Amino acid sequence: MSKQQPKADNSSIITKLLASVVIMFAFGFALVPLYEKFCEMTGFNGRTSNTAATADGNMQVDESRIITVEFATRTGRGAPWEFKPEVRSIRMHPGEIKVVNFIVENRTGQNRVAQALPSVSPGEASLYLNKTECFCFEQQPLAAGETAIMPMQFYLDPDLPDSIRRFTLSYVMYDITDQVGSGAVTASRSE
Amino acid sequence: MSTVVADSHDAHDEHHDHKPTGIKRWLFTTNHKDIGTLYLWFSFAMFLLGGSMALVIRMELFQPGMQVVDPHFFNQMTTMHGVIMVFGAVMPAFTGLANWMIPLMIGAPDMALPRMNNWSFWILPFAFLILLSSMFMPGGGPAFGWTFYAPLSTTYSTDSTALFVFAMHIMGMSSIMGAINVIVTIMNMRAPGMTYMKMPLFVWTWFITAFLLIAVMPVLAGVVTMVLTDKYFGTSFFDAAGGGDPVLFQHLFWFFGHPEVYIMILPSFGIISAIIPAFARKPLFGYASMVYATASIAGLSFLVWAHHMFTTGMPTFASLFFMYMTMLIAVPTGVKVFNWVTTMWKGAMTFETPMLFALAFVVLFTIGGLSGIMLAITPVDYQYHDTYFVVAHFHYVLVSGAVFSIMAAAYYWLPKWSGVMYDEFLAKLHFWCSLVSVNILFFPMHFVGLAGMPRRYPDYALQFADINAIVSVGGFLFGFSQLIFLWVVIKAARKQGVPAPAKPWEGAEGLEWEVPSPAPYHTFDTPPKVS
Repeated sequence: MSKQQPKADNSSIITKLLASVVIMFAFGFALVPLYEKFCEMTGFNGRTSNTAATADGNMQVDESRIITVEFATRTGRGAPWEFKPEVRSIRMHPGEIKVVNFIVENRTGQNRVAQALPSVSPGEASLYLNKTECFCFEQQPLAAGETAIMPMQFYLDPDLPDSIRRFTLSYVMYDITDQVGSGAVTASRSE
Repeated sequence: MSTVVADSHDAHDEHHDHKPTGIKRWLFTTNHKDIGTLYLWFSFAMFLLGGSMALVIRMELFQPGMQVVDPHFFNQMTTMHGVIMVFGAVMPAFTGLANWMIPLMIGAPDMALPRMNNWSFWILPFAFLILLSSMFMPGGGPAFGWTFYAPLSTTYSTDSTALFVFAMHIMGMSSIMGAINVIVTIMNMRAPGMTYMKMPLFVWTWFITAFLLIAVMPVLAGVVTMVLTDKYFGTSFFDAAGGGDPVLFQHLFWFFGHPEVYIMILPSFGIISAIIPAFARKPLFGYASMVYATASIAGLSFLVWAHHMFTTGMPTFASLFFMYMTMLIAVPTGVKVFNWVTTMWKGAMTFETPMLFALAFVVLFTIGGLSGIMLAITPVDYQYHDTYFVVAHFHYVLVSGAVFSIMAAAYYWLPKWSGVMYDEFLAKLHFWCSLVSVNILFFPMHFVGLAGMPRRYPDYALQFADINAIVSVGGFLFGFSQLIFLWVVIKAARKQGVPAPAKPWEGAEGLEWEVPSPAPYHTFDTPPKVS
């Protein structure tokens, strides 16, 4: 330490620091997919799977427990419809398969396309909620003035922790016509 | 410690004549003292500007109901007040102190990268010009709070958001350049014999702060970029309709935001660790533990961000993790407070203004730290979240913490900067007015917060009226007390006062006191020997 000359080249330190800046900037963006993956694994943000689950035929219905599942619905900003579940809540055993209908009414004179996004609270429950059929898996074309009844079939994994006795499944129904175009509506609905 | 001053005196005289004059001296300067002075004046101006915005807020909240400004303007005031105080007042003040003091403290002739130093200062006024001019756009300036949560800053904001984003980018670049400069200076420019563990704590704390800046300012740049593309270029980082997640914004923002709060307090720790030993006339107790405590706080600051988000419905394990990590920070912080108190123990203390501010810092910062521990407790945070209790907490650590430490530093080093002793009577008046008014201003906020008054609203329930009136009175007293400070600084800058000796404080330690007062334009052209 008795030299007065620089201990290392200025430019090598600067290069390393600038590299760190670039890496941290990239890291900020890398956190986006990392967060998504993390949420998928832990149920952190309460989002449920976008693909249909297949119920295991040997699944045991756990009749010792009754779980209350509440349904909440909301329309996306500016979306022109009425959207509600047929029932506000149901009580069910883990392992039991249930169907709940959701009703959406397009209140405009135009063909629109809707997309529902699910969210579960508390988020942990989303890991044990398995949908075998859901309107949220696909975009929903809604003809002018159409009222559609959309089913959602699901069961709860019997491994559901004992601490969860009640949870809420909520759907937000967005209007995505501007993004996808209303042409899709002319194709008739599958039901 | 050093005999260099006499040796290099001829060199000084030569240089003195080459100092450019007029506006060009300041525009093109690469001198660390000039740039430090620019930073300090700039931050003072921003402090007064951000303070006047706070007074608009307090004026509106003096009585329940709407009287002075409309809610949208109120929201712009809270937003601008936060952004200006964080990025315009506190951070540039610390960078200014770093510019002035780090080369003097480590025996270096200047900062390592003087031209970049000029840049990192001069882009700042433009950043704030852009930010402030956005208030004159149709629809007004940013009104989404300094935390610019999505979707407030994306779906629901006006076009001034673009200016806000660019201003943030420039401020970030300035901070990053400043941090690079500090790191290279400290690593390469130390005088012979100045080993890392001999560096003054102000240098140490800034060294660690600079690494924090390098680590998190780019993340902030990324977040504001995402806000910009979400708003204007159709991406959906934070938009649930497009597959994004608004809660992700909060994770990214606080990943930057929590280290940021330590960026605003670690240099304070360094300042207080210089001042208390000087006026207690005892060496700092536990120097090495101070260094390690600072480093541990910096490390832990990356593991606590989600304590700002307990109410977003995190799973229990995550809440517990962030709660315990947050409480763990109290340990190194407690080490520091303990060391300061122990330094004073049986010391021969005198109470000049820098010491008064340092003592107020220790007491009031600790109050802010304790309310921080209360906020760290997840279940009770559900009650405290987004209330005036939080406002009280972070103003205790930022105003009576960071800002008080900056004032302490200003009084402590003013004789070195200006060459004259500041007016001790006015300085003490400033201190006592500030001390009393800051507590009238912020202490009652704890109570309305616990009683449930939410932050960021231009109006409130009637039962909070009396306390808000008291708070507003405290706010105006505190605001106008700062004019005394301005007066003291102007007097010193105009050399009105008793000429200061090289070392005006009897117990002060460090190389900065080996050079004459005012510090010559060029110092340590030949490095001092540090034993």
